[in-house]
This record gives sequence, C-alpha cells and structure tokens, in this order.
Amino acid sequence: MTAMPDLLYDESEEDLRASLRALLSDVDRWPAALARIDGGEPYDAKLWRVLAGEMGLAGLLVPEGHGGAGAGHRVAALVLEELGRAVAPVPYLGSAVVATTALLTCGATDLLRPLAEGDAVAALAVPFSRSPYDRALYDRVAERDGGLHGTITSVADALPADILLVPAADGLWAVDAEAPGVTRTPVVSLDATRQLCDITLAGASGQRIAGAETGRVAVRAALTTGAALLASEQLGVASWCLETTVAYVKERRQFGRPVGSFQAVKHRLADVWVDVTQARAVARYAAASAGEPGGEAEVAAALAQAHCAPVAVHAAEECVQLHGGIGFTWEYPAHLYLKRAKAAAIAFGTPDRHRAALGQLVDLPAA
Amino acid sequence: MSANTWEAAELRSLAKELVARHPVDGDPLAFLRARFDAGLAWVHFPVGLGGLGAPRALQSAVDEELAAAGAPDNDPGRIGIGLGMAAPTILRHGTPAQQRRFLRPLWTGQEVWCQLFSEPGAGSDLAAVGTRAVRDGDAWVVSGQKVWTSLAHKARWAILLARTDPDAPKHQGMTYFVCDMTAPGVEVRPLRQITGEAEFNEVFLTDVRLPDDLRLGAPGEGWAVARTTLMNERVAIGGTPVPREGGPIEPLVRAWREWPEVRTAGLHDELMRLWVRAEAARLTGARLRQQLAAGEPGPEGSAVKLTHAMLTQRITGLELEVLGEAGLRHDDWTLRRPERTDVLDRAATHRYLRAKGNSIEGGTSEVLRGIIAERVLGLPAEPRTDTTVAWKDLPR
Ligand SMILES: Cc1cc2nc3c(=O)[nH]c(=O)nc-3n(C[C@H](O)[C@H](O)[C@H](O)COP(=O)(O)OP(=O)(O)OC[C@H]3O[C@@H](n4cnc5c(N)ncnc54)[C@H](O)[C@@H]3O)c2cc1C
Repeated sequence: MTAMPDLLYDESEEDLRASLRALLSDVDRWPAALARIDGGEPYDAKLWRVLAGEMGLAGLLVPEGHGGAGAGHRVAALVLEELGRAVAPVPYLGSAVVATTALLTCGATDLLRPLAEGDAVAALAVPFSRSPYDRALYDRVAERDGGLHGTITSVADALPADILLVPAADGLWAVDAEAPGVTRTPVVSLDATRQLCDITLAGASGQRIAGAETGRVAVRAALTTGAALLASEQLGVASWCLETTVAYVKERRQFGRPVGSFQAVKHRLADVWVDVTQARAVARYAAASAGEPGGEAEVAAALAQAHCAPVAVHAAEECVQLHGGIGFTWEYPAHLYLKRAKAAAIAFGTPDRHRAALGQLVDLPAA
Repeated sequence: MSANTWEAAELRSLAKELVARHPVDGDPLAFLRARFDAGLAWVHFPVGLGGLGAPRALQSAVDEELAAAGAPDNDPGRIGIGLGMAAPTILRHGTPAQQRRFLRPLWTGQEVWCQLFSEPGAGSDLAAVGTRAVRDGDAWVVSGQKVWTSLAHKARWAILLARTDPDAPKHQGMTYFVCDMTAPGVEVRPLRQITGEAEFNEVFLTDVRLPDDLRLGAPGEGWAVARTTLMNERVAIGGTPVPREGGPIEPLVRAWREWPEVRTAGLHDELMRLWVRAEAARLTGARLRQQLAAGEPGPEGSAVKLTHAMLTQRITGLELEVLGEAGLRHDDWTLRRPERTDVLDRAATHRYLRAKGNSIEGGTSEVLRGIIAERVLGLPAEPRTDTTVAWKDLPR
C-alpha cells in the first residue's frame, strides 16, 4: 500500500486559481458564449491565447526541457477545475491534457514543444465517448498508397486543432489538420461549449510517430489521463452549480419567504454539498495519481469518472430545477453547465463502464 | 339515460354510427365537430357540451373505436392546455353561455388556449400574482406581465389570473378571466429555453379591455377557480393512458433492442429498474383513471405528475448514456417556435433537456411533494405569515 498523496491545494495552486478566476469572471461571458453558439464559432480563441500563450498553462504536463513548465497533473487539474466553473470554451482538455499525454508517451518531443508553448493545438482523433478500455479504436483509419483513409466521428477539441493525432492499425499518426485530404465537419453537439466534429481522411499524408504497440499504449494513457483530469472539470462544474444555486435560493422569495428557507430545498442542497465535497477528494486523488506507474492511476481514473461524472450531472440538474422557470431559459447559463456535465459523463466512457472496469482492476469480477 | 347506466358497448356503437355518417377521410374539422355534437368528445361532459354524462372511464372505448377506424384526432399535443386545464375549469365555473361559446372550438382544436398564470415574481406562489384588473363599466382593464407562457404565440384565448383587490389578503383579492389574445394591448414575446427553441413566451398586458362576460366565476373568487385548473393540470400532465413501453420509455427500449452493441450489464440493470417503475406508473395511472371515473380529481393527481417528471428525466438521462457517442450529438439549437410540445421525433438530447421542464411546469416537484404531505398525509403546514396580510402590504 502506497502512502496517501496530498489531496489539498498548495499556495501556488491557490494563487493560480485566483488569477484564473479573475480572468474568467468577465461579466459579458454568458451573452458572448451564447452569441458564439448561435454564430457557429464555439471556441474562444482570445481566451486560449491568454491561457496557453501568456500564462503558459498548456505546457503544465510537459517537462521544462521540451518547452513546458513541468508542473504536473495536480496543477493542470486545478486549471481544469476553474475552466469547468466557467464552462470555458477552450481546447485545454483535448490539447494540453489528452493529446499532450499521447505525445509524451510516444516521446514525440518535437511536436510537444509548439503545444507547450501555446503555438499549436492538437487533438487525439477518437470519438469523445471512447473509454480507455475500448479496443475498437484502430479500425477506423488505414494507410493506403502513402495516405491515410477513414472517418472518425464526434471528436472533441479538434475544430481549433492544428495537429490531429490519428490512431491507425499500424500506429499513431500526426496529421496536419489543414493538409489536403483532411475534412473536419462540425457536429451539432449537446455540449455547445465543447463542440465536436467529424473527421474524414481521404489520402491525407501524415507522420507516423509511434508503432502499433506504442501507439496503443499512448492512446490508452491519454484517455486514462483525460478521464482522471476531466473529474476536476466536473468538480468545477458542480461547484459553480452549487454556489450559484445557494445564492439564488437565498434571494428568491415565494410564499413570503426565501425559497432556501424551505427544508425540502435545504436538504437537497446539503446533499449536493456532500457530493461535491467527496468529488473534490476523488478528483484530487485522480490528479495526484495520474501518470504514476502501476495500476493505481487507472484505478483512480475509473473511480473518478464513476463518482464525479454523476455528481456534476446531479448538481447541474438541481441547479436548473431550483432556479424554477429561470433555470429553464436559454439566457440563464444553467443549461450550459447541464450540457457540459451530461456530455462529460459520456466522455471517456459512461460511469457504468468505469464501474465495470473498476471491477476488473480491483478484482471484483461481475460473475 | 342516467350517467351510470352507460355501457362500453353502447358507446362503441355510437362511435361506429358516427364513422358511418361522417367518413373519416373528409374534412378533419367537420369530423371533429360532428364528434363533439354526438357527445363523443369527452363522454363525461354534459349533453350539448361534447359529452353524454357517461362515466369518464368509458372514453377509452370511444377513442379505441375511432382510432381503429382511422378517424382524425384533435391533436392533443397542440391543444393540451385547452383540453387539460381550460375545459374543466369552464365546465365547472363558466356560465352556460361561456360553455357554449368556448368548449366546441377548444375541443376541435380550432382555437388554441394558453395559461396566463405565472409572473416573474409569482411562480410556485401563484396567489402572489400582481397583474391588475380594474373594473371600468361593463369591462375590466388589465395590466401586468406574465412569463413562461407556453404556446401564447399560437393561442386565441387564455385563462388569466389577475388581482382585482390589492387590499384583500392575497388569496381573496384575485379574479379569473378568459383573456382575448387578439385584444389590443396583448403583446407576446418569445422566450427562448434550454432546448434552443421558444415554446414559451413573455406576455405583456397593457390596458387590455376584457368585457365582463369574459370573467369566469365571481370577482374575488379567482383562487377557487384557479384551484380547479391546477388540480386538472396535474392530472392532464402524464395522465393519459399509454400501452406497455409507451411514453418516455419507448425510445429507450427501442434503442436497446435495435443496437445490441450499446448493451452493458450496468446499463441493463438501470434499464430494468426504470422499466419496472414505468410499468408501475402506467398501472397506477390506469387505476387512478378508474377512480376518477367515479368523481372529481383529488390530490392523487399530484402523484401522477410527480412520477411522470421523475421517470421522464431518469429515462431520458439513461437514454443518452445508452447511446454513448450518439448521445453527444444534438439535432438543432436554432431558435424555433414549435407548434406542439411532444418530442418523440426529436434527438434524444432534446428529450433529455425538455424533460427538465417536467418538474417545473404546472407546479414544481417540490411544491407537489408539499401538497402530498399536507393534503394527502395530513402533515402540518409550513408556518406562514403571508395569508392574512393585505396583498399590497406583503414584502416583495
Ligand atoms: C416548460 C415550462 C412551461 C411553462 N408553461 C407555463 C404556462 O404555460 N403558463 C404559466 O402560467 N406558467 C408556465 N410555466 C411556469 C411554471 O408554472 C413555474 O415556473 C413554476 O410554477 C415555478 O415557478 P417559478 O419558476 O417562479 O419558480 P419558484 O417558485 O421561484 O421556485 C424556485 C425553486 O424553489 C422551489 N420552491 C418554491 N416554493 C417551495 C416550497 N414551498 N417548498 C419547497 N420548494 C419550493 C421550487 O420548487 C423551485 O425549485 C412553465 C414553466 C416551464 C418550465
């Protein structure tokens, strides 16, 4: 049994949180986010330039020798927590976590540097719903006559990407997203602040960055780390929903009193608080265990998705419900959180798949 | 013939006669009018008002017979508020003239109704409405703002709750009206919702003149009239008969049967739990309708509505997880003005989001649980200070 890792936040993390929160608490955020959705431009390129370029946050997982900050998963998780609180439309999870982990695992250091320095965005070209345990990841794309052919649907964070990391039977390929033969078609997505796209490759040329075996290991590591750190984003979503709802029910009056004074409302929010408290411990554990050798990173990631995904959905559903009619409107941002939470619960595998995987990992077979 | 001597077989033969006299493939409106006039619209209504004074439970015999013959229906998904809420209220509290004027075009779908109850400051606490109606000769002048009004953009008429005596305690100073949605001063603005579309609206009422014969019930008696509407609203929502695996669970079980690749043991467990609950709810609904056939809806309607909301939300939530990748893909976010509120032809994501309204519209699930606790279980009410003070003196 290894020692329990530190599950708290340290001072530098709290400082980073404060500056991120200041950056993300722009008052025009909601109207701007809704306008972006209606305008078909879901990503906030300006915000990404600040986060990745000026603040250097895209390189947190990348060692200093390769242009990154070498800060590790706990800090990256903290960033995701704050981005979740703001349902920020930036490709942090897809590029700075998932694609970066794949490249790190392959040792493709020349491609890492531009990502870490904020000069490029990369996306792992697998459906967002794919879990680390799925095997059928490599049958979609094949190399023929020197070009890649195939279709990959529902890929996250690929619309703003410069580089696509494409798993194929013979290994992992890096493909220039703008290269001839590459088509990205936006998908009308449940989570409109993290829009998916379908990718078609028709003879696109690429660079093979890993052979079959390493490629598989890299994809699994990337999805496992994505699942582990997504839990922090889910924690951020849940925290925002809880705090915003608490503030609302203190103010909103019906029957001559604040609706938050009804015990029925109090108990439900108390339950959400308990859930969020637990989600914080689980998400921190997943972040602390991510990238560690041995099976614990996989256990922690599966645990994180099995626990934090439903907590975020529940908190967002309570947020909509306890705001009454206002929570059901488009102008009020609760729906953006609900959509983010529900889509994130499907991302990297649904909670039931993670529970099933956990059963294998901790030797509790189903039958 | 007295009410309780009707037999299903007699109603079936009346339905057959109707089809014989009015071919089902003619003008649908003409057929629906003939059906109304034959007393086969809602058989429990009085003769002359679309009914035969027969037991409510026998309606299903008529519906089955006409559906089998391929008769046009009155599109309940489009006129639900009129059918479920306005009609029983007009029947109970309206004058004979009002009943004759409103019920037939309401039932045939020729005139759509909406419900002008909620306001920005009065949702769960409907008795707090502040929209004013002031008497002016033989008319009333109405001003105020309503909100979350479903289908107001399609409606010819509305049921309206307004304040006529601000000096009385809040439950006593209200009056119930039928509002003419074409009257000058009625302005309907779309209010976009979680699904991207605008099924509901904000409605601004500025010096709208409503003749006194659009008043439903006595001045100051609006709350009693509104309670009829609210009780029927709970029955109307989720109270219609469905076959096994009908209603919200239908797309989920279809997806499960059609796509073996989505099946996992964990999801199967949850699917079967929901299947059992859906079947329990279906049988409870059938039993409740049998009870209703004997009398007026009681607070049990709250149980139906509460279960319906909970189940629809859980079923649609599971549907997205079962679909996995497809559950991440939506069909359309553009601002649309839907004609109707049923959702079976939309993406699973749409169903999931729309279902979030089921526990808010027509009284929230929290308020309904309070009603069950107090009226059914007889638990003591929450302490209240707002029922004896004049409405105008209440803190806001
Ligand atoms: C899709 C949709 C369609 C609608 N259509 C119509 C329509 O056609 N016409 C119309 O008039 N209205 C309509 N409404 C409005 C609806 O009836 C109100 O939204 C509802 O009654 C709740 O009121 P509110 O929004 O003001 O929430 P509030 O009353 O402010 O409630 C906020 C929260 O507090 C809780 N709460 C309030 N009181 C209590 C209590 N005593 N105990 C415990 N919890 C409590 C509520 O449950 C809710 O979660 C619609 C609403 C929706 C979502």
